Amino acid sequence: MTATASEAIADRVLRHPFFVDIDPTLVHAMVSKAEERSYDVGEMLVHEGRPAEEFFLVIEGKIALEVGAGDRPGITVETIEKGEILGWSWLVAPYRWRFDARASKPTKVIAINAAAARYALAAHPAFGYHFLMKLLPVIADRLENTRVQLLDIHGH
Amino acid sequence: MATDAIHPQTHSHGAGSGAAHPFAPRPFVVTARTQETPDTVTLRLAPKLSGDRLSFKGGQFNMVYVFGVGESAISISGDTTHPEELVHTVRAVGKVTNALAALTPGAVVGIRGPYGQGWPLDSARGRDVVIVAGGLGLPPLRPTLYEIFRHRESFGRVEIIYGARTPKDLVFAEEVRTWLQRSDLRIQITVDAAGRDWNGDVGVVTVRIPDARFDAPNTTAFVCGPEIMMKFTAQALAQRGVPTESIWLSMERNMKCALGFCGHCQYGPSFVCRDGPCLPYKTLAPLLAVKEV
Ligand SMILES: Cc1cc2nc3c(=O)[nH]c(=O)nc-3n(C[C@H](O)[C@H](O)[C@H](O)COP(=O)(O)OP(=O)(O)OC[C@H]3O[C@@H](n4cnc5c(N)ncnc54)[C@H](O)[C@@H]3O)c2cc1C
Ligand code: FES
Repeated sequence: MTATASEAIADRVLRHPFFVDIDPTLVHAMVSKAEERSYDVGEMLVHEGRPAEEFFLVIEGKIALEVGAGDRPGITVETIEKGEILGWSWLVAPYRWRFDARASKPTKVIAINAAAARYALAAHPAFGYHFLMKLLPVIADRLENTRVQLLDIHGH
Repeated sequence: MATDAIHPQTHSHGAGSGAAHPFAPRPFVVTARTQETPDTVTLRLAPKLSGDRLSFKGGQFNMVYVFGVGESAISISGDTTHPEELVHTVRAVGKVTNALAALTPGAVVGIRGPYGQGWPLDSARGRDVVIVAGGLGLPPLRPTLYEIFRHRESFGRVEIIYGARTPKDLVFAEEVRTWLQRSDLRIQITVDAAGRDWNGDVGVVTVRIPDARFDAPNTTAFVCGPEIMMKFTAQALAQRGVPTESIWLSMERNMKCALGFCGHCQYGPSFVCRDGPCLPYKTLAPLLAVKEV
């Protein structure tokens, strides 16, 4: 990737709500191998069980997170939209996706290389801490939502 | 507004009903039946007695009697400007509701009502309005939505959040699609789980609240659905800053008399049939935190 292309992506990353208040110099280190990608409706972004070699910032569209159900078609349990971040399997050993993700609308993402991101987080502990403190509420919210979902609030 | 503000013990039944005993059901004939979802139907009813009509306020309910089977509280889901036609949407969960859902045009049921205080729509005038419906919570809100649509200029932003278990559990699907075309409101539809044929949102209704567009301190919210859904929704609305006295929930309790006599429907200090079913979260919050009330 040329320096200008890399700059352009870093700029887009910095404008993504997840990164707005994160130190730009450190973002540059993290996104050295990032790239912008588009997906048509139905195209898979990730497959359950495969190595989680990147994570995604959603720029446009909608992504359905699906859980495989044996021989039945996948069941969508959550949708992720513009402004949200997809995936933390890349941070947790053994770094494998725990769900399928499929574009349910024409979707644009920035895919950030996981190895580069992990390296940047480890090399800059203050940045790493800040990043994780931003990711933690996202994980906590999703956990809370999953709990509510498990209560089957409409089935009562 | 065609809403007679009817108090349960003093309500008038319109022409033709005379001074009927409050327990006496009036005969209504099923004129149409629409299958909404596999277990839910909408029944359209007309009074059997000529000149009879049933004026009501959005959020009120009737006691619907299936002769020989029994009686259930069912909210009115029609239009307040058409008191000559009564509309009820029923989910078959037990003895009476299964019998109701099986009725076909020509069948006669007994109606007592309307009962309850309904949604306090006047308190929402000049404010943003958030309507959150879960599953079969949409029918009791529909008359009030019609009122809002008719007097749209009297309200600020209108945000509707409608959630159901799966896409096949969404009621009034075609009508809701027409609401999606309106530019004067925003509607978010979400389901808890879906197959690949659904390309809408998936996630519980509460997830939609942080992104909903309203000015929290100047917002009135009407929430209807299963109790646990209303509890989480009210918490999320309060967390966004909506005053707890401006969040209204429609409570369900077993009804017998529906007239404030028997105490069957008591919930804390309130009789749901007489004081509710629409009650403010400010009063309900401590009760909802208790496991059995
Ligand atoms: C103010 C008010 C408004 C209502 N509006 C509507 C409405 O518009 N449409 C509608 O379909 N219902 C509505 N209900 C609920 C309805 O009154 C009950 O579902 C009905 O009385 C159940 O009677 P049943 O004889 O069919 O079931 P029963 O034979 O008494 O019960 C059978 C089974 O159903 C379960 N059950 C009972 N009530 C409910 C319930 N509410 N939800 C899920 N399971 C239940 C019971 O626990 C039992 O397991 C309303 C209730 C109230 C208090
Ligand atoms: S049902 Fe009798 S008091 Fe409410």
